[in-house]
Amino acid sequence: MLRLPSFKYLQPKTLKEALAMKADAGPDGMYVAGGTDLYPNMKRRHQEPRTVISLMAIPELKRLEGWNVGTCVTLTELSNLPTFQHSYPAVAHAAALVSTPLLRNMGTLGGNLCLDTRCNYYDQTYEWRKAIDFCMKKDGHICWVAPSSPRCWAVSSSDVAPVAVAIGAEFLLVGPQGERVIPAGRFYHNDGINYLTKQPDEILVEVRLPAPDGWDAVYHKLRRRGSFDFPVLGVAAWVRREGGRVTDARIVLGGVASWPQEIPEAAAALRDGELGDDAIAAAAAAAYRPAKPLDNTDFDLSWRKQMTRVYVKAALEELRQRRG
Amino acid sequence: MADGKRRKVGRSEGGSTTPGGPSNRPLVQPSHDFRVVGKALRKVDATAKVLGVTKFADDLSLPRMLYCKLLRSPHPHARIVRIDAARALTLPGVKAVLTGKDLPIPFGILPVSQDEHALALDKARFVGDPVAGVAAVSEEVATAALDLIAVEYEPLRPIRDHLDAVEHPEPRIHDYGDHGNLHKLINLEFGDVEAGFAEAELVREDLLFFEGNTHLPMEQHAAVAEWSPDGKLTLWSSTQTPHYVHRALAKVLELPPARVRVIATTNGGAFGGKSDPFSHEIVVAKLAMLTGRPVKITLTREEVFYCHRGRHPTLMWVKTGVKKDGAITAMHFKSLLDGGGYGSYGVASTYYTGALQTVTHHVPRYKFQGARAFTNKPPCGPKRGHGTPQPRFALEVHFDKIAEQLGIDPADFRLKHLVPPHSLTANWLRIGSMGLAECIRKVVAGSGWKERYRKLPYGQGVGLACSSYITGAGLPIYWNAMPHSGVQLKCDRGGGVTVFCGSTEIGQGSDSVLAIIVAEVLGLDPFDIAVVAADTDLTPVDLGSYSSRVTLMTGNAAIQAAERARDLIARHAAPKLEAPVERITFVGGRVFDAASPERGISFAEAVQLAEAAAGTVGTVGSYTPAAGAGKYRGAGVGPSPAYSYSACVALVDVDPATGIVRVPKIWIAHDVGRSINAAAVMGQIEGSIYMGLGEALMEEMAYRGNRNVVHKIPSLLEYKSPTTLEMCDVITYVVEDPDPNGPFGAKECGQGPLLPVPPAVANAVYDAVGVRIDEVPITPEKVFKALRRKEKGEEPRFGPLGFPDLPWPEPTRVAPPWEGGDGRAGEGGRGREKAVGVTAGRRR
Repeated sequence: MLRLPSFKYLQPKTLKEALAMKADAGPDGMYVAGGTDLYPNMKRRHQEPRTVISLMAIPELKRLEGWNVGTCVTLTELSNLPTFQHSYPAVAHAAALVSTPLLRNMGTLGGNLCLDTRCNYYDQTYEWRKAIDFCMKKDGHICWVAPSSPRCWAVSSSDVAPVAVAIGAEFLLVGPQGERVIPAGRFYHNDGINYLTKQPDEILVEVRLPAPDGWDAVYHKLRRRGSFDFPVLGVAAWVRREGGRVTDARIVLGGVASWPQEIPEAAAALRDGELGDDAIAAAAAAAYRPAKPLDNTDFDLSWRKQMTRVYVKAALEELRQRRG
Repeated sequence: MADGKRRKVGRSEGGSTTPGGPSNRPLVQPSHDFRVVGKALRKVDATAKVLGVTKFADDLSLPRMLYCKLLRSPHPHARIVRIDAARALTLPGVKAVLTGKDLPIPFGILPVSQDEHALALDKARFVGDPVAGVAAVSEEVATAALDLIAVEYEPLRPIRDHLDAVEHPEPRIHDYGDHGNLHKLINLEFGDVEAGFAEAELVREDLLFFEGNTHLPMEQHAAVAEWSPDGKLTLWSSTQTPHYVHRALAKVLELPPARVRVIATTNGGAFGGKSDPFSHEIVVAKLAMLTGRPVKITLTREEVFYCHRGRHPTLMWVKTGVKKDGAITAMHFKSLLDGGGYGSYGVASTYYTGALQTVTHHVPRYKFQGARAFTNKPPCGPKRGHGTPQPRFALEVHFDKIAEQLGIDPADFRLKHLVPPHSLTANWLRIGSMGLAECIRKVVAGSGWKERYRKLPYGQGVGLACSSYITGAGLPIYWNAMPHSGVQLKCDRGGGVTVFCGSTEIGQGSDSVLAIIVAEVLGLDPFDIAVVAADTDLTPVDLGSYSSRVTLMTGNAAIQAAERARDLIARHAAPKLEAPVERITFVGGRVFDAASPERGISFAEAVQLAEAAAGTVGTVGSYTPAAGAGKYRGAGVGPSPAYSYSACVALVDVDPATGIVRVPKIWIAHDVGRSINAAAVMGQIEGSIYMGLGEALMEEMAYRGNRNVVHKIPSLLEYKSPTTLEMCDVITYVVEDPDPNGPFGAKECGQGPLLPVPPAVANAVYDAVGVRIDEVPITPEKVFKALRRKEKGEEPRFGPLGFPDLPWPEPTRVAPPWEGGDGRAGEGGRGREKAVGVTAGRRR
């Protein structure tokens, strides 16, 4: 069977203790929450920490205060919270669409936001990767998806991240240098290897959601099956409306780039309109153009690109219907 | 009791439970006579499985056990120049390393393709081909040792798929085979098809493709080997065919078979994927012999993809001539299979793509050309339906198109031209009971076919398809005249009965079938019967759990053994009960006089009387299928003691905006002859629908041809198989048309019901949105492209565009039975002149 390598497992009780353990372990140390991403990756030798520091016993990370959510809240808990289902249905819905019920029982909000980028040249065992002479994301020098490319094109495959970016959530990070709060949109890089702006020794502690004050958002996910599968396309759509008019909007796509990709042109097509058919069609067309899926996930890439239009349209129609 | 005359006919036509004289059972008993057979019972091994107590191969742990890992080739096609394992042997904890030269004797499941080595000897033939084996004190150490084995390869041009193999006879993957990289070429003609096409009022040709897919058993293959100081080898393995593994081990390890014991542990799913002897089984055995310690291997999921032996990707061309009423005048079928790196069952698979076309609908003249290519991918072999789901998909979609062209409802088209029961087909297959008409009527009525077909709103559709399947291969894999299944039965003086049989429980319920049949004959509770199965030291040979053979063959052997025990016990109970032996009856754990049921003794007392009078109470039974009617070369694939039949209607929803197909419901009717365990029959049918649905919609062995021919998605996550959310509702109709050759009339149900699912879905997609997807799986991309083509006024279809020219051999010509043939090849004066009375002849 495919085995985990040996490693040291630490269970700090406080953030301070966790940071100290990480400082001791140095680059060979990694944080883990639910482990549903890290442990399979370790079996495939993607990440090879000698010391794994669990964040699951730190009370602050399990905290729910107002609209601030600790990042070690599990996806099951998040999707089942009545307050969330009422005030942040898009967040609860996205959380409920991650993987399978069993994995959501273990997987956390923070884990999903920090999910390693995915690529079917990378998400393979050591032996498989050896047969293609590895890739630049681990152990190799080339991107097999785009061999002439200087960068890695692994795909952002989080369901919650596009929603967090679209609704304008903020993230609280705690590191050796202290705390910082950044907008969700600035948590990610469009680079398959260096996909987070978070430093390895920083801990994503808390997600601060905007007050539910007159905006609405939806999340639509495209995947082969109704469970288990990562998104090959995620559409998070957010609008703020006054009267019937859209005063502000954000469209963020998951599964088409190495980060949750905001499409300002699509949002612009909606602003100062009434979510009419024409505006929705224009926004869908605007989202279709920059979406550049590559041949490294499930499904044919040209079909995935075509689906951007269909899924953005469906998401916006749902928003219209909900407010209408 | 028995109707002697009828029995005699059945025996001579349909197989034999000799030697030892005929048994006394009626061939087919009315169902109200049964006390156990046909009831919906829990499987006898279900509780332990559900509670997680069952020991699978990976659960075994022996003292001082070592762990094995295999080093696999990173090249799809390469010569092995040099292997140096010296560094691996210096790693602390490593006990032994094997390479190809340690196991130089080739093996393979079929005698005609002994082309595998436990570890690649001079050449690696796919990414994942085993090259070296390590035994170490832990899996971790064994894994670490793999990186220390230096292998120098000289890469060769890989052959990516069947078309590449046709275009590139060189470099040859194997130095045997019919032509270049074409492993096998078959050309058979039954009657003059050109004359048949000339008689037709409509001739239609279609091209279709069925993508390869794999079995995906929950349990990954695992094996443990132990070498005793007394010079005996024991292998526990998750295998469907312990007898064939036994033979392969004895051959490759050069051990007397008497010193090799193979125990098939309960399989956690198999579906045909555990039917070959595998390199990992041989390697752990050799490592145990070398180290003197038990050695275990548990494959990773990725390695299971490399073992494969799954569905052959198959390109097909079919041409059929029909009269205006749909009567077929002739059919010509061509298949080209992508076989992967080794032979496996491939020659049989290739024949199977052409064997059963004639078994559902009357085809008076039939020509079959089949080819199998070697390619640098994991070997294909038998998966549920073995070689027949591909042609069945082609045929049923082709029939749907013909019916539409003729303006006939597809259900009526099929009902009108069925193969008659108890008849011979053009290729000399002997049909027994034939319940397809009833199956079609059931699904047509149940699904509301007449109200739905071509009448549903755009985006919704229904499709119908039919199929048939063998109930056990008529011939063994290696030529021999011995029984295919043997049963020994021991009656204990405490009233216990133990049944010993080589058949292998793979989740299909074979242990339950043994228990139920013995319990039925001896009047006992099936849950009291002890079943000892699949152990080559303890149990008589059963060829294995493949080709849907176990219920029929093991069942007949079990009936014979149980009836002999019953007769023996009855003989010695009769004096005590003061009743004639013919009246001694076995029911409810009692043995009594049928004329006065209160006069009876317990079964245990009856056994004691027999044991006191005649010694230890033990009997044997065995079963050998009758010889097939065809005598031509290639006639060995297709004959079966009985054929099951299925009809299926699928309801689909197609989203025209995305091409996504959902299947909310399937109606399936299956002619099982007779249910032995009604619950298990339903389970097998529903399981077949599930697997068929996966093949229809998403399952695909995808490779990256331009990237070293690596398997694109060798994981449970990315190899897409339906979850419970994709599984449709299933309405099952069990049709019971008892077959004279089946135990109590039973036929198979574990494979046949899969076959009609892919074509029913394809036909339903056409009904829904008017596009033909002539290729499985029917993915959203394909439907979307076909819809685009339709919008642009192009042919509303997605599918293959051509069939390559192949160097076919001269056809073997065999006259069909109604042209006066005798089942042998050769033209011998049986030409077109005699082909006049076609319709009259076929009814004989």
